[in-house]
Amino acid sequence: MADKERGAAVDIRAVTKTYGSFTALERVSLRIEAGQFMTFLGPSGSGKTTTLNVIAGFTGLTEGEILIGGRSVGNLPAHKRNVGVVFQHYALFPHMTVEANVAYPLKLRRVPPAERRRRVARTLDMVRLTDFVHRYPAELSGGQQQRVALARAMVFDPPLLLMDEPLGALDKKLREWLQLEIKRIHRELGTTFVYVTHDQEEALALSDRIAVFNRGRIEQVGSGRDLYENPKTLFVGRFIGESTVLAGPHEVRGGETVLRIGDERVSHPCQPSGAGRQTLLVRPEKITLRRRGAGPAPGGNRLSGRVSEAIYLGSGVKYEVTLADGTRGVARMALTDAPFALGDPVEIGWMKQDARLLPDDGSSQASQSGEEP
Amino acid sequence: MSRLQRLLIGLFCAAVALWLVAPTLVIVPISFAEKKSLAFPPDGFSLQWYANLVQSPDWSGSVLNSLKIAAIVAVVSTVIGTLAAIGIERMKARGGGIIRAILITPMIVPGVVMAIGIYAVYLDHQLVGTLLGYVLAHSMLAIPFVVIAVGASLSVFDARLETAAASLGASRPATFFTITLPLIAPGVLSGLLFAFVTSFDEVIVALFINSPTLKTLPVQIFASMTRDSDPTVAAVGTLIFALTSLAIAAGLWFGTRRRRS
Repeated sequence: MADKERGAAVDIRAVTKTYGSFTALERVSLRIEAGQFMTFLGPSGSGKTTTLNVIAGFTGLTEGEILIGGRSVGNLPAHKRNVGVVFQHYALFPHMTVEANVAYPLKLRRVPPAERRRRVARTLDMVRLTDFVHRYPAELSGGQQQRVALARAMVFDPPLLLMDEPLGALDKKLREWLQLEIKRIHRELGTTFVYVTHDQEEALALSDRIAVFNRGRIEQVGSGRDLYENPKTLFVGRFIGESTVLAGPHEVRGGETVLRIGDERVSHPCQPSGAGRQTLLVRPEKITLRRRGAGPAPGGNRLSGRVSEAIYLGSGVKYEVTLADGTRGVARMALTDAPFALGDPVEIGWMKQDARLLPDDGSSQASQSGEEP
Repeated sequence: MSRLQRLLIGLFCAAVALWLVAPTLVIVPISFAEKKSLAFPPDGFSLQWYANLVQSPDWSGSVLNSLKIAAIVAVVSTVIGTLAAIGIERMKARGGGIIRAILITPMIVPGVVMAIGIYAVYLDHQLVGTLLGYVLAHSMLAIPFVVIAVGASLSVFDARLETAAASLGASRPATFFTITLPLIAPGVLSGLLFAFVTSFDEVIVALFINSPTLKTLPVQIFASMTRDSDPTVAAVGTLIFALTSLAIAAGLWFGTRRRRS
């Protein structure tokens, strides 16, 4: 069953989509390898769903070209593309039983009844819904409905399966369980999966590769680890995982870039790439939290602030620190470290090379201004 | 609530119910009258008016004409009205409301005004007293009912299901027949029923465009009533009353049964 050659590669070449004067997609190019689990991640309105709709054929493109399995699908209507789609709103046919819903694409393809029954049973078994064949969609829970939708989208063995926020309407527990199910099904099928979500945790949990969308463009493509450890833009760094983002006037001094944050200075061992304002992005696990005046941090940077929030995570404690200039910092400490109380004057410290120096693309003020005390 | 209040409400409801059905119920005994009179209550008992209904070519012919015209009108206006309703729903903001308003005007314009217009045009085109003439005029009157009934069904129809069907390989026609039509079927069926009744029931236009060779049942009833007091009218009324009651009872029975299963 698990034929690894079954997936189709997708080539998106300089695709532009405009609605009147609004540009939904601006020269988006992306290659998705056969059998890969690719996630489109981004805030709403960033173009990720538009890209999915263009691949599915629900939306025409203004410019550019899309190839599925090496074949250009420019003028092919949606129903001839042989691409499975799972929608956030399930889109099950309410007048058909689970069985009839899943058999629907096979009927359209004139699969003989015996073969049809066999494939419906096999697919429903894969999503673990064998006991529900004669139910109507209205008699199923949201999670069950979405599994029927998944079965219906894959029963005709499409080489490409598109999912548009399929778990968006479900609660967290169910979502996490279905993520594992989707991952397992992807492994078993070998089909190329394209998954749209605005939830970065979901993207990290599922994907081989993630394309981060912002304002109709792809900011960066890479594995979850790539994006977390080496964000190419501040937007990506902020969108994936938590971070402390420091912004201030900078100068280059002896090969180092020095940023002035309030009355304090921090440095980074690289030259800034490009002109304009620079920011430093530091991940919470790279930060150590110490009582103020505990001596200089060797080889590192430090900034003073006060603990504004302490969140027990089970595996550790997350501290939010309001720095002297009002910036919100995030640090994650082990349970074995000495605890801090709210309002404690502290210092955050990190090794110079552990931060990322990124040009300010405007995504820092937008989300920080609201959090200033 | 006290017993007295409940009793009063019960009596009131019974009175309203009686008021609504009394005119219909009066014709039932009259249809079995012995003498050629519409007096109520009638004397004696006979089935002669039912026999007359079957034997007289005037009566049986007009019944058959009405059934035939209503059936054709039902089909024609359901097809056109359904297509129009779908088109209007797809247009949404882009002038769909105006087209809808235009389509519904035959329901609002007084029947006599319409009838005069139709008659004037029909005289010029030799359509008076023809099957085509009846079908055209009645379909025009029936289409608004279909547009409204199907439009109501479409407004609760999730058009995203059509996108889903396309992704599963369904062409536009396949999507319509396997997804859209089954889901708006209640609206289409009630539109069909309304269209049938609109035509079967229609007097004003029919009075203008009828001919001695082709007249519908309402025209025959009207003519009979103005000429003499023939209880065959009551026999026709009783039969229609019985048939529609049966149809509605069957509809209710099947409807509740399907909902339970």
